[in-house]
Amino acid sequence: MAEKVLMKGNEAIAEAAIRAGCLHYFGYPITPQTELAAYMAKRMPKIGGVFLQAESEIAAINMVYGVAGTGKRVMTSSSSPGVSLKQEGISYIAGADLPALIVNVQRGGPGLGSIQPSQSDYFQATKGGGHGDYHLIVLTPSSVQEMADLTALAFDLADKYRMPAMLLADGTMGQMMEPVSLPEPSCHTVDKPWAVTGTKMQRPHNIINSLYLQPEELEQTNLARYERYKEVEANETRWEEYLMDDAEIAVVAFGIAARVSRNAVNAARKEGIKAGLIRPITIWPFPKAPIAAAADKVKAFISVELSMGQMIEDVKLASECKKPVSLVSRCGGIIPSPDQVLDAIRKSAGGNE
Amino acid sequence: MKRINLFCGHYGSGKTNIAVNFAFALKRQGKQVAVADLDIVNPYFRSKDSETELAEAGIELIALPFANSNVDLPSLPSNVYGLVQRKDRYVIMDIGGDDRGAYALGRFAPYIREENDFDLFYVVNFYRPLTQTAQDALEVMREIEAAAGLHFTGIVNNSNLGAETTPADVVVTFGKTEELCDLCGLSLAFTSVDERIAEDVVCKKVFPLHLQKKIY
Repeated sequence: MAEKVLMKGNEAIAEAAIRAGCLHYFGYPITPQTELAAYMAKRMPKIGGVFLQAESEIAAINMVYGVAGTGKRVMTSSSSPGVSLKQEGISYIAGADLPALIVNVQRGGPGLGSIQPSQSDYFQATKGGGHGDYHLIVLTPSSVQEMADLTALAFDLADKYRMPAMLLADGTMGQMMEPVSLPEPSCHTVDKPWAVTGTKMQRPHNIINSLYLQPEELEQTNLARYERYKEVEANETRWEEYLMDDAEIAVVAFGIAARVSRNAVNAARKEGIKAGLIRPITIWPFPKAPIAAAADKVKAFISVELSMGQMIEDVKLASECKKPVSLVSRCGGIIPSPDQVLDAIRKSAGGNE
Repeated sequence: MKRINLFCGHYGSGKTNIAVNFAFALKRQGKQVAVADLDIVNPYFRSKDSETELAEAGIELIALPFANSNVDLPSLPSNVYGLVQRKDRYVIMDIGGDDRGAYALGRFAPYIREENDFDLFYVVNFYRPLTQTAQDALEVMREIEAAAGLHFTGIVNNSNLGAETTPADVVVTFGKTEELCDLCGLSLAFTSVDERIAEDVVCKKVFPLHLQKKIY
């Protein structure tokens, strides 16, 4: 590993993207992800890359669509309201089977909402967001180190499966500073025979498009895409378990909520309560297996979220409602406290005895 | 000790923590102290986070009424003018990062220059990716001076790797600090170090920092 530096989460994403060979960035400033764009603005001109502040989020995502069609690594970033604006373009990119990275450093919503941290774009990220049948690979970092590592991984997965990937962070992850070992620069080697790079009069035209004139053809394309999604679900589901071996209470949380929850789990253990944590790292594909397995062992699940309760639905589905699932949440830009989570753990532990 | 103490630097270099700790240090010496949060760049993690502790210590905090709220406006508290012109107390100003943050200071530069009783400290953390060398740190320094309309008077070495910092991590940056001092012709005001490891950092001017507790 390389020497450590102290970085903001937003900067770590930007530098990791550059090191993953992303030389094209299109965006529009919005708090709390602005440092990402600012970092790109400073670095890209020095390394022969492109930083372009578009006239809007909609323009930026369509620039991403264009570059993605050429097979180059490309990204955009925004925060919640800006990501809503990008949804049409994201659907087109998914419909054209193109790899690209979209970063959402979430803030409170709905509407213009707030500039403080949130996780209330879970539904948008995992259940569509844009129109049509499609998925994004959605990665949820829980440290500044993971902001960097998962950015590199997101580019690799997007290339491998020819689909857009999303890094779903929140304002705190974007703003907080932690030491990071940056990944070594890599040059991506995935063959992209579909890319629009000029025929040189030696091959038929490649066409990047999401429009199908025959319904049967569109259906076949969608079916083939969903076969690929099955592969992603089988191979790329990622999660971390903490003290789950003998756990009676399973806390499920990602991102900043997982950090708070980990502290609460430690505090519960000190009180003799067997609590554990399942931290999804991908939320699509959702880690159904560890939750299904826990459902046969634990007394109860607690979903900890910075939203009114969105991931809780996936926890209930994955556990097939075999055990009660409760929600600990704050919203509007507020982070639940470890004490709030600890209280819920105590309640779940006591309530079933 | 100058009446006005200004902390500028690359964003994320540690200005806020130093400004707040500096205020407490002056207060402990029995001085009347006011802190002004002039950060127009950073939406999170600012000196207003220490509002309660400052109030308890009897340190006046001048901050935007909507700092830490959802109002994303790069405006300045109107009573900062009072601080600059009311000369009965020591003033510490926490300025936003980079040249963008330093423009806020430019507004007050004529008054500060006129009174001519100030120190403008350049806070540097050599573990920040865009200020890893003395040369890069100097570049940021010059950009800030141009925006602020004031020249720096001293260097603060705040090199750290957050919670993972070891004394050796700090010591190894002394060379770069000297190099920066040589390049800009200023001397080191102090080396600020997390109080938990400050004792093990052997150098002349160590300033121990009490950092805010995190819940995550």
